[in-house]
Amino acid sequence: MYTPHTQRDIAQMLAAIGIDSIEKLLAVPEALALRGALDVVPALPEYQIRRRIEQLAKRNAGADCIAFLGGGAYRHYAPPAIAALAMRGEFLTAYTPYQAEVSQGSLQSIYEWQTYICLLTGMELADASVYDGATALAESAIMAINATGRRRLLISRAIHPNYRAVLRTYCEGLDVAIDEIALTQDGTTDLASLASAVASHEYAAAAVQSPNFFGNVDTLDTGALAAVRTSGTVPIAVVAEALSLAALATPASWGAQIVAGEAQSFGVPPAYGGPHVGFIATTNEHVRRIPGRLVGKTVDNAGRPAYVLTLQAREQHIRRERATSNICTNQAHCALIATIYLALLGKTGLRNVAALNLERSRELATAVANAGVKPRFSAPFFNEFAADVGRPARGVLAGLQERGILGGIDLGRWYPEYENCMLMTATELTTSSEIAKVAAALKEVAHARVVV
Amino acid sequence: MPASSSDRTASPLIFELGQEGRANRYVEEGKPLQSFLPANVLRDELPLPDNTELDVVRHFTRLSQRTFGIDLGFYPLGSCTMKYNPRINDALANLREFADLHPFAPDELAQGALQVMHELERSFCSLFGMAAFSLNPAAGAQAELGALLIAKKYFKDRGETQRDKVIVPDTAHGTNPASATMCGFKVISLRSDAHGRVDPAEIRKVLGPDTAVCMMTNPNTLGLFEERIHEVADAVHEAGGLMYYDGANANALMGNARPGDMGFDLMHLNTHKTFTIPHGGGGAGHGPLGVAEHLAEYLPTPYVVKDGETYRLDFDRPKSIGPMRSFWSNFAHAVRALAYLYANGAEGLVKVSQYAVLNANYLRVKIAEFLETPYSEICRHEFVASAQALKKETGVRALDIAKALLDRGFMAPTIYFPLIVPECLMIEPTETESKETLDEFVAALRDIVATAKRDPQALFDAPVTTVVGRVDETRAARQPDLRWTPPSASKRT
Amino acid sequence: MALSEGLLYSKEHEWLRVEGEFGIVGITDYAQNSLGDIVYVELPRAGKQIAQFGGIGVVESVKAVSDLFSPISGEVLEVNAALEGDPAAVNRDPYGEGWLLKVKLKDADETKNLLSARDYEKLIAE
Repeated sequence: MYTPHTQRDIAQMLAAIGIDSIEKLLAVPEALALRGALDVVPALPEYQIRRRIEQLAKRNAGADCIAFLGGGAYRHYAPPAIAALAMRGEFLTAYTPYQAEVSQGSLQSIYEWQTYICLLTGMELADASVYDGATALAESAIMAINATGRRRLLISRAIHPNYRAVLRTYCEGLDVAIDEIALTQDGTTDLASLASAVASHEYAAAAVQSPNFFGNVDTLDTGALAAVRTSGTVPIAVVAEALSLAALATPASWGAQIVAGEAQSFGVPPAYGGPHVGFIATTNEHVRRIPGRLVGKTVDNAGRPAYVLTLQAREQHIRRERATSNICTNQAHCALIATIYLALLGKTGLRNVAALNLERSRELATAVANAGVKPRFSAPFFNEFAADVGRPARGVLAGLQERGILGGIDLGRWYPEYENCMLMTATELTTSSEIAKVAAALKEVAHARVVV
Repeated sequence: MPASSSDRTASPLIFELGQEGRANRYVEEGKPLQSFLPANVLRDELPLPDNTELDVVRHFTRLSQRTFGIDLGFYPLGSCTMKYNPRINDALANLREFADLHPFAPDELAQGALQVMHELERSFCSLFGMAAFSLNPAAGAQAELGALLIAKKYFKDRGETQRDKVIVPDTAHGTNPASATMCGFKVISLRSDAHGRVDPAEIRKVLGPDTAVCMMTNPNTLGLFEERIHEVADAVHEAGGLMYYDGANANALMGNARPGDMGFDLMHLNTHKTFTIPHGGGGAGHGPLGVAEHLAEYLPTPYVVKDGETYRLDFDRPKSIGPMRSFWSNFAHAVRALAYLYANGAEGLVKVSQYAVLNANYLRVKIAEFLETPYSEICRHEFVASAQALKKETGVRALDIAKALLDRGFMAPTIYFPLIVPECLMIEPTETESKETLDEFVAALRDIVATAKRDPQALFDAPVTTVVGRVDETRAARQPDLRWTPPSASKRT
Repeated sequence: MALSEGLLYSKEHEWLRVEGEFGIVGITDYAQNSLGDIVYVELPRAGKQIAQFGGIGVVESVKAVSDLFSPISGEVLEVNAALEGDPAAVNRDPYGEGWLLKVKLKDADETKNLLSARDYEKLIAE
């Protein structure tokens, strides 16, 4: 219960209030009185809570398998220094830094996060975080809708299917229509159809993801960018694997005006889906439209440098029904973790991790190809790729699972035309022995005759 | 008081520290990127600083010392429920088998995680009188949006697309009207009556065939219980609308009264308030979204289903509004919340709400001895005080009181909210604070009010013991400086 | 509170200066003073048709947002672009360099719905 009240305290407090029982403080009309017992988990002493939940934890064999899973959530090395710092009670138990004078630490760390995101994406400003990559895309689309006054979105089919689904959920509320751009044979966005579609001048935004859901580098080229710009459409870049920013050309360099991203890769555990941390970065012209909190640098009454939440009049607690986003609580603690991760890794470390992801994923691709499972596409990829197993991937994945291997993600779940493909991911944590094991297992499973 | 209160030199930015090549060896050296990818898809430079682990540890330790959390002192932020965050919760959430579990792990290999979500959901249903909860939304505001999307879809299915109005009392949290707008609804703001409540007669005046949802919290943000909530709910239902419960104030209710019994059809919880999830400097939160039976099939996907003794994520829910997140839930927070439920059980949760209300009323009567409390009746988990009279007499505002509290080692209450109370201080002590702490807070506030009458300038200058003095917010907003820029580099690389 | 003679005022604390078929619109000294430090002004684009007493944008201080209403109908010809970099001009000189819009008037008769300096003074004294 974590309550300190002794019988004496209670008696003294009730006397001060001038009432004779706690129950009277909480009197409710007869019609609302609770009937029957509450069906809540039983109270346990702490050592038994630990035992009970540890037992539940052990029933997650998925955490112990050899796994080649990615698709928007990645297993990367997180130095223990991150937890040692982020779990400090001052950070962990602080509220949103509304009282700047006693929140300079969390405010400065958010300012550093905003800067890191700018340096990584090449954009001019970034917010203090949003819920995750999917909602970052939805909120970015809203920015574009407000900037252009148009109510139609054009998005690549190679954007993470979950992100597209969340965007659809949000657009139901906004009565905004979504059109999807087809894929090329090579698992990238068909830029020619994108360019001709935007010429209608009806799209608020055109969104592509790079690396896309298949792991392929997938950016606007000069021609597509020119068409997007001419049509007054806002180009949005989605980044679901933030580590790729350490290696690939920045979204700013290929023309993105808004970057919607997921930074889970920076030290935040996969944790069965959350909390992760989304970000939005953009150009100065959109500063009034960016959702969520922003930290700015200013001075105090003695002229000393100081940080503070700023441009708050954009936000829901002041603008209420006129606000363009309702976001209040964000993912601040995950953003802190990511900031510490980036500080620890630095330029050199981050480059090395990116290089290792490139190396291991190519080692994986080669090994499974040698086992007869070819990559489906030939476009340049970052740390994951579509592997064609020659028959429905679902069955092959089940066969691998029987051998203690989570081989990848069944692409047929969202792309019927790729039902023979699975998305395979390798990071710096993937070992050569794991790669050898999956290759050997694939040799058995993928080529096994399907017994009817 | 933060350990750093005497340390008033500015902390350099991480970007101003370090030297290139001062790298930590977390991984081996990688091959040049050009060996894997064509040059035209690679970036030119990566302008990040290299720092030793020691320098990074010192930097963030120092920043932590410039941050005030519950662990440092009393945090009476109204409507935020800043109670103690038990450390067992974090230890369990960080268990390797939870932390390393990939969201695309097959259901059969994630049974423990699914059971955590299911047990939490069932307990919430019973505690709050709902038929089902989705653990998908990331925070209260997102759950509000989810609930309004459900309402929109529900009315569409019934052919009642003309329902485009959302009624929100003037004491409501700002997220309520903002969520309504994001969902394409028009907002009708409802004035509270002289007793700080919603008057059923007033709400009847705005109800009609265009009513979609009425969003309320009970107790409301003044800390007052809406005794006539049944009448309000009946009126809204008669008009064909739905009732939404903003769960920000649920800490006053557990085992006392249930939103479901009050007539609410939809609700959210802020587990980062009521169920001891640490706030982490602004998030991550966790906003379970609850619904009555007739709306259960509209909940976001996926929903955790128990079939016999096994659990699974159900994505195949044709009437669902769809997913709201990249993945299933802020799962680590579900583990924390479940651990907290186990620490309490039903009886413990009843006590939690009772002591939260006891603490708030004790503070209220003590503070009423020297500061105006506009609604001087029994409150629930929080109450409002007003510095309006004090301001007339001395010029000292709620803001000055807040800053003076920082000097005395306390976090300030929520100020200037709700908007209907001038010079408002909204105070929520929570149940985890002892009588001694409450008495110390009262003494500090009493001293501040006495100082206001004797030497108001001393309060205008507050805070003086913190690492910085009052911050120039006007300058911050007029000349936004939202990032550090490398000295010689162009902004866009 | 400073007033400026020769201007017309609305109950929502905007002023109008008629110059032939054009009008200049701003907010009053009283308004800027009650808003406090103004940090941002959001105005319609040139070319937009605006209606008398209809919304034309918002003005932000650090912790508040207030609607702006037009004192007159017409077409926006020009907005005060200087306010983007220097919103403080509204605080400094509300009747001069802090002006908001130049409007081509649609119906000069509408001015009879506005207050004289003396009537506006009475309004804010209440």
